[in-house]
Amino acid sequence: MDDPTALADPLTTAPNARSETIYRHRLATRLWHWINAITIFIMIGSGIGILNAHPRLYWGQYGANFDHAWLDLRPYGNILRSGWLTIPAGYNLAISRRWHLLFALVLGFGLLVFMIASLINRHFQRDLRVRAKEIGPRHLWADLLAHLRLDFHNPDDPAAYNTLQKLAYVVAIFILIPLMILTGLAMSPGMDAAWPWLIELFGGRQSARSIHFIAASGIVLFVIVHLTLVVLAGPIEEVWSMITGRWTLPGARSSEPPPPPLAEPEAAE
Amino acid sequence: MTLLTRRTLVTGGALGAGLLLSGCDKLAQQPGFRRILFSGEKINMGLQRALMGRNALAPEFRPDQMSPVFRTNGNSNPNTADYNRHVAENFANWRLEVGGLVDRPLRLSLTDIGAFPQRAQITRHDCVEGWSAIGKWQGPMLGNVLKAAGVRNSARYIVFTCADLWSGAPYYESIDMVDAFHPQTILAWAMNDKRVSVGHGAPIRLRVERHLGYKNAKYVMRIDAVASLAGIGLGKGGYWEDHVNYDWYAGI
Repeated sequence: MDDPTALADPLTTAPNARSETIYRHRLATRLWHWINAITIFIMIGSGIGILNAHPRLYWGQYGANFDHAWLDLRPYGNILRSGWLTIPAGYNLAISRRWHLLFALVLGFGLLVFMIASLINRHFQRDLRVRAKEIGPRHLWADLLAHLRLDFHNPDDPAAYNTLQKLAYVVAIFILIPLMILTGLAMSPGMDAAWPWLIELFGGRQSARSIHFIAASGIVLFVIVHLTLVVLAGPIEEVWSMITGRWTLPGARSSEPPPPPLAEPEAAE
Repeated sequence: MTLLTRRTLVTGGALGAGLLLSGCDKLAQQPGFRRILFSGEKINMGLQRALMGRNALAPEFRPDQMSPVFRTNGNSNPNTADYNRHVAENFANWRLEVGGLVDRPLRLSLTDIGAFPQRAQITRHDCVEGWSAIGKWQGPMLGNVLKAAGVRNSARYIVFTCADLWSGAPYYESIDMVDAFHPQTILAWAMNDKRVSVGHGAPIRLRVERHLGYKNAKYVMRIDAVASLAGIGLGKGGYWEDHVNYDWYAGI
């Protein structure tokens, strides 16, 4: 990580710490990141609250108590109804829906604005484009091994996202969140009248509801992996860069790896 | 960096998430924030109304797509003395009252209701809880009944008063004139080719197909055209709207 070749990077013209800070996240990315962080948090909490009203999932156009449920979450009711998981903390379908359906607008229009901005500022083209050679099995394998070594940055281009990271962002931005929005809309009886093709696309309202749940589970998984990797990659630098946009190159961080004379960070608690 | 370790960050993060969650509940109790939270209903209604044609139809289905069992929900028997008498008489002496802002108040028997042009539709009933059931409903279009009563231009909402009592007061619901005159909005007296059962809202159940189940009032006894919802119940347009903050616009 403290590869001396980082100094040879064209971005770092002088070998002092100041110049080893680069502008990594544009304003649109940072704004959307934090708005979305809050929105996703609210959507998951209120979504579980809504799920608790009928924690059974079906395929097809209809589905209720006497129909076959492919997933019955009632045995996990104690967990799903725990106050630390739902918004509001106590079961209240109406208030969960108020949170969910207001912040659904933030999620939907936020994604739309972010996508337009990221096409204009070329964030998508520059940072998220997955090249053909990157998704070859050998490259992916090498990338996975690098992740397991907690080695996240290409020394020749430390600011670039690595392939698995790119794929995770692409799946979240272009598949999971749009799927959440579209399946959410498909569950609305009003939208089914306005856009009848939407419900056909998902094969019925109960299928849309099931896909909504599966995609939400995918987003929960993304959040867990994302937060874990932020912690592993150096949480202060990562969070700071998402606030200010400026990111210190890994090789230029004074505290990483911890200097031997100091105690281990864990012991400093 | 040396003091802020990963462990403190993780525990701090978890604590922060917990605080955020309880913060959400505190926020939702602030009148100002509550107004913002509840404004989503009007935004969603505005957007949906802009996106859908006034007469855009809810999906209709084939007979082979119907639910094998259409479950009941909410109240499944009003069980009042009046209602039980009507059930015993097979609703022979029951009359649907249509009044309020109309030129010709009506008292309609089931025979009168059957004499209007009929619409039959196989539609999906979506409960706010998340389940759906597909069934066949038949009855006159509410719009035709309102025209027969000479509904006035000053009417902005149609209020349905029902036979079932909830904490002593009758269940009620309301829709605006867009939904009242929608072709799929019918006063259903038949379900799945039989008279609507007591469990499903005998003798008349409102079908307003672009809305969730709780708008589809069962046991309809009275229909009133009104200029405002203020002064009816607690003024929010329906039993669930009044008592547990359900959205009046239930298209989502």
